[in-house]
Amino acid sequence: MRTLLLSLLVFFLGALPLFAQESPVAFENATIHTVAGPIIEDGTLVVQDGVIVDVGSADDVSVPADAERRDASGKVIIPGLVDTHSHIGRQDGGDGSSPTHPDVRTLDAIDVRHNSLMRARAGGITSANIMSGSGHLLSGQTTYVKLRHGRVIDDLLFCDDTTAGICGGIKMANGTNPIRQPPFPQTRSRAAAIVRSMFVEAEAHRERMEEGNAQRDIASEALVEVLNGERIVHFHTHSHEDILTILRLQEEFGFEVVLHHVSEAWKVADEIAEAGVASSIILLDSPGGKLEATNIRWENASALADAGADIGFHTDDPITDSRLFLRMGAFGMRAGMDEAAALEALTLAGARMMGLEDRIGSLEEGKDADFIVLSGEPFSVYTLVEETWVDGERVFDRSDEEDARYATGGYQVYDRNFGQHHHDHD
Amino acid sequence: MVIPSQAISLSDMFTSKTFTLSVFILTLLFLVTPLQADAQVAIQGETVYTMAGDPIEDGVVLIREGKIERIGPADEVEIPAGYDVHEAAVVTPGLIDARSVVGLAGILNIEDDQDQLDTASPLQPDLRAVDAYDAREELVGWLRNLGITTVHTGHAPSALISGQTMIAKTSGQTVSEAVVDSLAMVSFTLGPQAGAQFSSPGTRSKGAAMLREYLLRAEDYRDGMEADDPADRPSRNLEMEIMSKVLNGEVPALIAAHEVPEIMTALRLQEEFGFDMVLDGGVESYLLLDELREADIPVITHAPMIRTAGPAGNAAFDTPAKLQEAGLDFAFQSGFEGYVPKTRVVLFEAGVAVQNGLDFDDALRALTINAAALLGIADRVGSLEEGKDADVVLFDGDPFEYVTRVCGVFIDGEHVSDSCK
Repeated sequence: MRTLLLSLLVFFLGALPLFAQESPVAFENATIHTVAGPIIEDGTLVVQDGVIVDVGSADDVSVPADAERRDASGKVIIPGLVDTHSHIGRQDGGDGSSPTHPDVRTLDAIDVRHNSLMRARAGGITSANIMSGSGHLLSGQTTYVKLRHGRVIDDLLFCDDTTAGICGGIKMANGTNPIRQPPFPQTRSRAAAIVRSMFVEAEAHRERMEEGNAQRDIASEALVEVLNGERIVHFHTHSHEDILTILRLQEEFGFEVVLHHVSEAWKVADEIAEAGVASSIILLDSPGGKLEATNIRWENASALADAGADIGFHTDDPITDSRLFLRMGAFGMRAGMDEAAALEALTLAGARMMGLEDRIGSLEEGKDADFIVLSGEPFSVYTLVEETWVDGERVFDRSDEEDARYATGGYQVYDRNFGQHHHDHD
Repeated sequence: MVIPSQAISLSDMFTSKTFTLSVFILTLLFLVTPLQADAQVAIQGETVYTMAGDPIEDGVVLIREGKIERIGPADEVEIPAGYDVHEAAVVTPGLIDARSVVGLAGILNIEDDQDQLDTASPLQPDLRAVDAYDAREELVGWLRNLGITTVHTGHAPSALISGQTMIAKTSGQTVSEAVVDSLAMVSFTLGPQAGAQFSSPGTRSKGAAMLREYLLRAEDYRDGMEADDPADRPSRNLEMEIMSKVLNGEVPALIAAHEVPEIMTALRLQEEFGFDMVLDGGVESYLLLDELREADIPVITHAPMIRTAGPAGNAAFDTPAKLQEAGLDFAFQSGFEGYVPKTRVVLFEAGVAVQNGLDFDDALRALTINAAALLGIADRVGSLEEGKDADVVLFDGDPFEYVTRVCGVFIDGEHVSDSCK
């Protein structure tokens, strides 16, 4: 009987939402970067039931009487970081049977208990776009996750329905990575032709759907979502001619697209800005390591900013370490971005690139309570991520010994099989 | 470094019949020589870290003929007329990358530009780094612009013995111009990494056995060469010649070992054969601090940002802080990267170590004077002292801050970088 009761208890606890402190929590005396307005000195942030109830200067925010008050003197609070391109969770995508896999979902393979997710939490990342690799023209559907502590993938999703809902974007790639033996393309032009034919067929499928005489076809249905602008294309690209190919595809088929890596953005920043296409870039400690990355520059950040294009950052974990994601914003500043733009690129801009800007990316009343507590200025090397909160629940606490191990690494902390291979296709 | 333009004095030029030719040569030299070479230079720093005493607030470094002429507070060191004056918030000695593969492992990462590992045999100590080092390689320039003025580079880990290493300045157009020490160490590797590219060794134990057999052969060769009658000596063998130098303590064994079993094997080999040893990488060195201290082994610690994969799976950001706390000699390395980014940058690696508990001063020492001592070149580089090489880095703020930029680099008094990176 006791076992049954316990089982029932566990069952009901398990069924509870993972967020939700019923009484509010107030962080006081903090410096708060909301990313939605000016920096607030002596700021107060109040969260309850997974959402932000109030945020502002101490004078303007009245802390509810039943709130748990936390003194954040000397701390800096910023929105949780949004990683627009990550491979945490040991995702999988399409196989070698075809260069395009619009029917393949990463969410069918993500291991939410994998320790790479703790690495992201330790780095202050609260939402991520988990993608399959770039060894295909289209390797699969990406998954937008909240880095809640969860048991199964459903606990981490933004969508409610994994069958009918749209739970992420779609991953595409051009350049050298998808160039392989047939049925893969062997030239860049063939790569573009395969993709154009794929979308032409998808247009025909959309017509059939509108006429009500389409057969079920999950690959075509995903592409129709792309054509309808409901599913965002996340397009891996490096060299400037490949970037321009994507802009042509976007113009021809009218989908929503985010350019990823964009190593030679500095060569075509004006064209990118004029197309109104967003870029999720990566800043590396050195160029090279593959032919297409020899011309990558930190100045991509300032070149795109100066051209007026939307800029986000990504880790491409394990290419760069999720624990050091803030550092990438700092390198954006090193290359000429201002602090506010660099912070937006790590948060709200990433949210926009996933179509989630109404829920995450800035600290505003009504938005999800995703934020991080820093020991100092966001872009200082001396600053540590002290706490990471997702939906009002603390998912990383550096003062906890176990969590601290994820922040520094060490003996048997991380899975050595993750990222061991060269990830030529990331 | 000898600058050829010194050979032509101005007075000779204007009086001699070779004036036209001289102008032509001089023009050529200006074209190929970065910025002005060998000028007399004064560097004023709000803070000057000499690494030979306390930092100097409002300090001046005078450079003449490639060497540091004088250094001290501005109120004691007068800048002579005609000196080219540069200013910076922070001035440090040139930074030292204590273990790299730049110049051998090129930026493109294609077969043609990867000379850091030959897989014909797992034991090739006769491979010289100077025969492959490309002073003009782009990644050498990348490091130079970020304040790294000296690199200990050469053959990579991943063979039981992959070849030799060398020490170079990151300036110069040829290896001859760049080289500081043409034979610095011999590169060894233990553990699974040593077998990955070869059919044998296939296990850790086999690798250790192969090395022991090889070292015994080298002992025989060395002893044989000491025979009184030249006729009794073995014929000259380049592999054995280098190994004899290792056994005699003339050239240290740089042993790449990451996990506890192979680090312990390295210590056993060192004890058995008595060579000088430097531990390369040492991912799990934090588990063997006492053993390393007892054996007095210096560590060129892995890049803190190394990926936590494969043999480096247990890497930790706070290892440098632990090495420091344990009183071990250590320096930073960029190491070898098989993919993106193609090289790491010790300035950035030290920054992450500082973020994770290493003191500012200790980090700067590890990047400069301690690295120089570990590599045996502290008489030339590693600190700003009169008579030492004029290798100087100008920063616009705290060197470790992510947003601080390197805004000037001098190597042997030559202004090799003047833009902010």
